[in-house]
Amino acid sequence: MKKKLVVIGNGMAGARLVEELLLRGGKERFDIVMFGDEPYGNYNRILLSNVLAGAHDPKDIFINPLRWYEENNITLHAGVRVVAVDRHAKIVRGDNGGVEPYDDVVFALGSSAFVPRMEGTAQEGVFVFRTLDDCDSILKYIPGRKTAAVIGGGLLGLEAARGLLQRGMNVHVVHLMNHLMELQLDRTAGGILQRTLLQMGLRIHLEKATCEILGQDGAVTGLRFQDGGTLDCDMVVVSAGIRPNTQLAREAGLTVARGIVVGDDLASPDDPHVFAIGECSEHAGKTYGLVAPLWDQARVLAERLSARKPGATYHGSRVATKLKVMGVDLAVMGEREASTENDEEVTYAEAKRGVYKKVIVRDGRIVGAILLGDPEAAPGLVQSFDRGAEVPENRAELLFRLDGGDGRAAASLESLPDEAQICNCNGISKGDILRAVRGGARSLKVLCESTRAGTGCGTCKGDVGALLELAAGDAVVEDPSVHYYVPGVPLPKPELVEEIRARGLTSVSAVFRELAGGKEDTASKPGLASLLKTLWGKEYVDERDARFINDRVHANIQRDATFSVIPRIYGGVTSADQLRKIANAADKYGAKMVKITGGQRIDLLGIKKEDLPHVWRDLDMPSGHAYSKAFRTCKTCVGTDFCRYGVGDSTGLGIAIEERFQGIESPHKMKLATAGCPRNCSEATTKDIGAVATSGGTWEIYVGGAAGSRVRKGDILCTVDSHDSVLRYMGRFMQYYRENAKYLERTYDFVERVGIEEVRKVVVDDVEGIGARLDADIEASVQAYADPWKEVPHVTQFSEKLEPLEPVLARASGE
Amino acid sequence: MSTWNLGSVERIALGEGRTFRAGELEVAVFRTRAGELFATQAQCPHGQGPLADGIVGAARVVCPLHAYTFDLRTGCVTQGACDTLRTYPVEVSSTGEVILHV
Ligand SMILES: Cc1cc2nc3c(=O)[nH]c(=O)nc-3n(C[C@H](O)[C@H](O)[C@H](O)COP(=O)(O)OP(=O)(O)OC[C@H]3O[C@@H](n4cnc5c(N)ncnc54)[C@H](O)[C@@H]3O)c2cc1C
Ligand code: SF4
Ligand code: FES
Repeated sequence: MKKKLVVIGNGMAGARLVEELLLRGGKERFDIVMFGDEPYGNYNRILLSNVLAGAHDPKDIFINPLRWYEENNITLHAGVRVVAVDRHAKIVRGDNGGVEPYDDVVFALGSSAFVPRMEGTAQEGVFVFRTLDDCDSILKYIPGRKTAAVIGGGLLGLEAARGLLQRGMNVHVVHLMNHLMELQLDRTAGGILQRTLLQMGLRIHLEKATCEILGQDGAVTGLRFQDGGTLDCDMVVVSAGIRPNTQLAREAGLTVARGIVVGDDLASPDDPHVFAIGECSEHAGKTYGLVAPLWDQARVLAERLSARKPGATYHGSRVATKLKVMGVDLAVMGEREASTENDEEVTYAEAKRGVYKKVIVRDGRIVGAILLGDPEAAPGLVQSFDRGAEVPENRAELLFRLDGGDGRAAASLESLPDEAQICNCNGISKGDILRAVRGGARSLKVLCESTRAGTGCGTCKGDVGALLELAAGDAVVEDPSVHYYVPGVPLPKPELVEEIRARGLTSVSAVFRELAGGKEDTASKPGLASLLKTLWGKEYVDERDARFINDRVHANIQRDATFSVIPRIYGGVTSADQLRKIANAADKYGAKMVKITGGQRIDLLGIKKEDLPHVWRDLDMPSGHAYSKAFRTCKTCVGTDFCRYGVGDSTGLGIAIEERFQGIESPHKMKLATAGCPRNCSEATTKDIGAVATSGGTWEIYVGGAAGSRVRKGDILCTVDSHDSVLRYMGRFMQYYRENAKYLERTYDFVERVGIEEVRKVVVDDVEGIGARLDADIEASVQAYADPWKEVPHVTQFSEKLEPLEPVLARASGE
Repeated sequence: MSTWNLGSVERIALGEGRTFRAGELEVAVFRTRAGELFATQAQCPHGQGPLADGIVGAARVVCPLHAYTFDLRTGCVTQGACDTLRTYPVEVSSTGEVILHV
């Protein structure tokens, strides 16, 4: 039996939802009925300004004409306004007396123009600007009229003003605030925009509150302001903001704040069969007035309703939009002003040409930007903003295309010969990369995959990206998969976790079966295995084939296909007895090299694979986890045990840390250290997590440090006064990182991405109230730990590597 | 051409590969999760990586050393730039044993 879906509102959101639903086979599940109080199919509201300006014919802006609804068997009640939704009877009532029952109903009502309280609004010649009909009425009123006033200098007001100007009117913009478009622009940008608009012929009046629309014989003649001044005009367009349409929902007993309140499932908290999307809805305290978010919402809701992904959720939208006041290029995204003292503002202003560019950088990433009068810089910035990419050292490269290429890097890359090596890890040359681009690799991900460039240490990725842009120019495409946790399952981490939990997926093959259409992806297997183990602990169903060889045989594969074995030496403290065992094993199994590692451990290199179980047995020490994405080592200094300067027991603490967290799986490896005083001999401030003793018996905990191909001093998470507290906060941070980082995201990238303040809020201040839960979860992982070297060897891996076999039939070839 | 009996299919773990020697020749034999069998040369043409230690998914294997990836059906490299793998016919006999032709 098909269910009935009623969509109220046939605007951008409602129609988009239905399109998305049809794409996902929604027709099989639902009879779809739509109500729209505008007597048309649906049209692109954004283009109304162009219709007003005469740049578009109204018929050009239709997205779906009435015929489309017929062809798709959608019942459209065009020109019918819904006047009531009875949730008990599950029916929707139209103003024509018609009634439609529903199983699920979606509110997509949009907003209405807000008309501030003033006298004289009911006269002839006063308009709002929201619908095709509004546009039509305005156009009909123009002939024979000379002067128009637009109340409101926001985006819509300016679009209307520009449209009227285009129609040959004298146009005045009357704005309450001290600069134009104050919601999107800072004061400087507002000023430059004003100058550009003045040059086009608009008159602009700032800080003017209109209190009356003057008229004669019921028709407009002018405006009167609060300061007593007046302005003569023949018509008025009021564009002072919008208000979400919520009346209908309120009357139906739904929770309404500024908009109709919905959760991440886009359903009303009051009724699982009622959904709201678009401008009329409010998610996580936010209402949106642009189309990009409603596309996101329509997609998520379509996934849910079509049951393609019944667990799909919406998590808000980052709004980066290109707005076009005819003849003015403007792109805005994110925040408008610097808000913390660490924020950097990079600006460039050239009032005469109407150019203004500002980027706000926080912790090396773009959090907001305004670009006026330079459409070229916009796509790059929007992309960096969306991805949260790191900004170039030379900030000017954000704003300008230096040397005609993508900044300095590109210029020097361009001059490199084709043989020049770009990716040292994989030996990939510039020529290899250019060939792959010409061969069709048009996104960074595809390019890296097909050439392997950038897949080693990753430091050359920027250059690979720059070469891609050089070679492909505008044809570069973005992969949606940059947001996925692993490439083979099309979900970002939070959604993936949610689906895994909701469906009880405890093995890697089950994830592929349920969430990737049964398609296995090799590159995704280890990441999924790690995630599942973190999520399920003991319930995790281990599938050996999902592990990388290192984790299958608990040792590190080397370039000659032998293995390196590192026994665990807690805190770097060993004994003569252990050293003898290690030396004996080295002799017996012919280690090609015995090496002290950077993390204070002893490495036996060149061990044959089939010898591994014997080496473990002889060593009789736990695995040092020198493979695996897991907690590795805690390096220590001698602290108060022996050092003249030590003020804290760094050795004891290091051992305790290592005993507690050994082998804990995580998105990437974690290297720790403790130092007995700020001299920091164990380099604790450049580790994933470090603890440094300070005088007064306290420990500073650092997180997100790095001393690899990138060097980064860790951020202080908190200062505590006992070993126990160090263990607690380290554990809590680890668990938070385990749950929230992307696969293969080191702590230093993770901490930068999330921001140390945010991390501290959750981990130390416990603002989300999940501290106890994080503690319990890391404890569960600690408890679930078992030494892999004690495992029964995986027979098919370890039985003698080569099996001479009897030829059953030896035939001459060709027979 | 010669034919070899590798014994029960259980000797190759589901979803993994294993190296066998047939006379002088080393062969990697794979058993995918879908239950298909494939056989290829044992070492990666790029840097002699032991392919049987790689990760197998659908009909692909990823070399454990530098992650070059090959299609097990054809031996063609699908990621990275190097030679095609030599592949060998392999089948399961009516008695459940793996038969390899090299
Ligand atoms: C002139 C103009 C220019 C714009 N320019 C841009 C731009 O450049 N970029 C951008 O991102 N956004 C722009 N916007 C905003 C964008 O158009 C809106 O964000 C978007 O249309 C919201 O979609 P919606 O479906 O929520 O609402 P709408 O598109 O307004 O659709 C809601 C529909 O529901 C109908 N309705 C309401 N109540 C009922 C009822 N009780 N019964 C039946 N039907 C009902 C309404 O009449 C309307 O047709 C612009 C808007 C305007 C007006
Ligand atoms: S960090 Fe301080 S306590 Fe530790 S060894 Fe160095 S000087 Fe001594
Ligand atoms: S040896 Fe196989 S990828 Fe390098």
